[in-house]
Amino acid sequence: MISAPTNKPGTLQWFAGHEFSLFWRDFMRMMTAGKPGRERTILLVIFIAAAAMHLLAYGMIRPSLESGILPDKASFVMITGTMFLIFSLMMSQALEMVTRVFYARSDLDLILSSPTSVKQLFAVRVGAIAVSTTMLSLVLFAPAINVLAWYDGAQWLAGYPLLFCLGAIVTSLSLAVTIGLFKIFGAKRTRSMAQIVAAIVGASFIIGIQLAAISSIGSISRIEFFSSESVLAYAPHADSLIWFPARALMGDATAIMTIVLASITALAVSIRVFSVRFGERVLAASNFTGAAIIQKSHASLFKRRSVSAHLRHKEWRLLLRDHWLISQTLMQILYLLPPAFMLWQGFGNAGALDVVVVPVLVMATGQLSGGLAWLAISGEDAPDLVSTAPIPTGTLIRAKIEAVLGAIVMIASPILMMLFYLDARLAMIATIHILIAATSATMIQLWFRSQAERSNFRRRQTSSKVATFAEAFSSILWAGTAGLVAVGSWFAIIPVALALTVLLVARSFRPQGV
Amino acid sequence: MQNALSVKNLNKSFDRPAVDDLNLEIRAGEFYALLGPNGAGKTTSLRMVSGLLEADSGSISIFGIDTDENPVEAKAITAWVSDEPMIYDRLTPFEYLDFVAGLWDIAPEQARVQSAELLEWLQLTPHGHERCEGFSKGMRQKVALAGALVHNPKLIILDEPLTGLDAGSARLVKDVLQKRVAEGCTVIMTTHILEVAERMADRIGVIANGHLIAEGTLEELRKTTGNKSDNLEEIFLSLVAETADPIADAA
Repeated sequence: MISAPTNKPGTLQWFAGHEFSLFWRDFMRMMTAGKPGRERTILLVIFIAAAAMHLLAYGMIRPSLESGILPDKASFVMITGTMFLIFSLMMSQALEMVTRVFYARSDLDLILSSPTSVKQLFAVRVGAIAVSTTMLSLVLFAPAINVLAWYDGAQWLAGYPLLFCLGAIVTSLSLAVTIGLFKIFGAKRTRSMAQIVAAIVGASFIIGIQLAAISSIGSISRIEFFSSESVLAYAPHADSLIWFPARALMGDATAIMTIVLASITALAVSIRVFSVRFGERVLAASNFTGAAIIQKSHASLFKRRSVSAHLRHKEWRLLLRDHWLISQTLMQILYLLPPAFMLWQGFGNAGALDVVVVPVLVMATGQLSGGLAWLAISGEDAPDLVSTAPIPTGTLIRAKIEAVLGAIVMIASPILMMLFYLDARLAMIATIHILIAATSATMIQLWFRSQAERSNFRRRQTSSKVATFAEAFSSILWAGTAGLVAVGSWFAIIPVALALTVLLVARSFRPQGV
Repeated sequence: MQNALSVKNLNKSFDRPAVDDLNLEIRAGEFYALLGPNGAGKTTSLRMVSGLLEADSGSISIFGIDTDENPVEAKAITAWVSDEPMIYDRLTPFEYLDFVAGLWDIAPEQARVQSAELLEWLQLTPHGHERCEGFSKGMRQKVALAGALVHNPKLIILDEPLTGLDAGSARLVKDVLQKRVAEGCTVIMTTHILEVAERMADRIGVIANGHLIAEGTLEELRKTTGNKSDNLEEIFLSLVAETADPIADAA
């Protein structure tokens, strides 16, 4: 139970208390899906998930622990590379959140019209972004820190303050980027641009590493790449300043203190500098009266089409006109780049296509289908209109599935065509499994449909945990099936059985009346 | 004469009964206003009529078509406009109407002409090819109304269509609805603006606690209540006060 803030109204502490109580309620609502009395179950789930994450981390780190982790160039390369990966993920998150500070209306009208200092609110909200970004990365990386600290020494606990420093740095950078975008693109386009930048930043590092790995060592593995001879040969000497953060993580007290001081200073300075015109920018973001967007699609209007074609057309049109949704789907499409690059590299050499490219294609398109299906089914902006139209429910559902599959086919076609030139059999296997994975994801979204605004796309996973897990497992299992079929293994029957079980279980858990 | 809408013993419960044994007969070509306090069951009833909500029991027929047995046929001649205009922000009014015409399978040329006429009547022609994202509530409501009218429905159901509209837009919407009624269309409208119901409706139904407590012309309602007032507000308040739900009031 959160007590009401007792500090003097309008102060930094008062705003912080207010923000924390809002955050806590939002968080609990998200965790319990708004159903009271679920706290114990949630705690148990968190405990089991944490234990599983620690086991996973142990499994991944054990080879390094067995060979011993020394403060040498090889360790520095691996740690710094991983830190860059964490940095890109955190930067993407922070950019998203900073944009929301300027654009989410909620209580800003009330606060801006009150006699309190807006700078205090800005400081609290930016501070909260640094903390939330850190917390999100802690969920992913704390198990690794704990495992390292347990087996190799307490110096690895330096990972905790370093993650907070990364949180502060990415928040400062995100503020600078957002303000820069404001200056370049103006209030109207900054939100979309920032979201596209966030999507690209979030995926770019891991994809960049995969592309580099494919071109240099012929493998998609990040770990193999960082420990490869070619990378170590090009990496600076172990004394180089570039390894400063890696040394801090390995317990170098001077490095830790320097980074902590630098990151806190960076955050404080950016809050101070950028809070000056915060109110003005918020007002600009909410009051922009940008020119109306005129569409020149007059020629395609009022043509004889089937109901399905009308629905498909509408879905694709809405998707193409929404930059934010494009940025979100772009995140998933970007992950198709490495297999595409691998295909390009593989012309004349079809090795590794079956075990890497086919499953990755199926997995990525399965996930993408889930997102698109959510938009088409739950993210319908005019549900009353569609529900009151004289169309049988079956036709409507079929049209929505066609809209999703059509989009998937358009996105996957270029890669499938490249694959076809290399190996027609693999292309057929990939196509069939892409369609199965996409249909499965769409069916899950149909079973768990619940009306929501399209802007809640990022939070769609919280509406039903069963749907989220079923969608993820279904994509993974169909990807596994595709990989095993591609290598001609009869073991493919196992993931098929598991995928069908996942679908059946998900169907049995669907809300009543669906 | 055939009824435009016939509702028999309609029931719907959520946590408690929302619609309780509702019976309603609305004649073809009639402008019918459905009044009631907040939470009386107006919207729930009309959402069931429009096919947006399944009834627990009871029957609904639109121009003799049972909505349970032939939902598609019933929907083909009905239009629904909610209080919160649900349109697509990233479509233009023309694109929206093109989509609606597609859903109702209207011939393209007819849809083109109808759309242009409707946007002209609703004074939206200058914005016909602009995306709706920057539109005011009034403009959005007018686009939604155009969508409801583009397929020439025989029965138009509107839930609080005038909420949030400025005087000019409200007048326009009222004019369009009256024109449709003059052409033979049936309109059912819920509203909290009693003056609108008083001036526009042929008959008024008052719903409270999920069932119809009074129905008729203003004169008939006056007789029912024994209230001599010329003012619908007085009559409405006295009707509602008689059936006030003590549990809901306490809550």
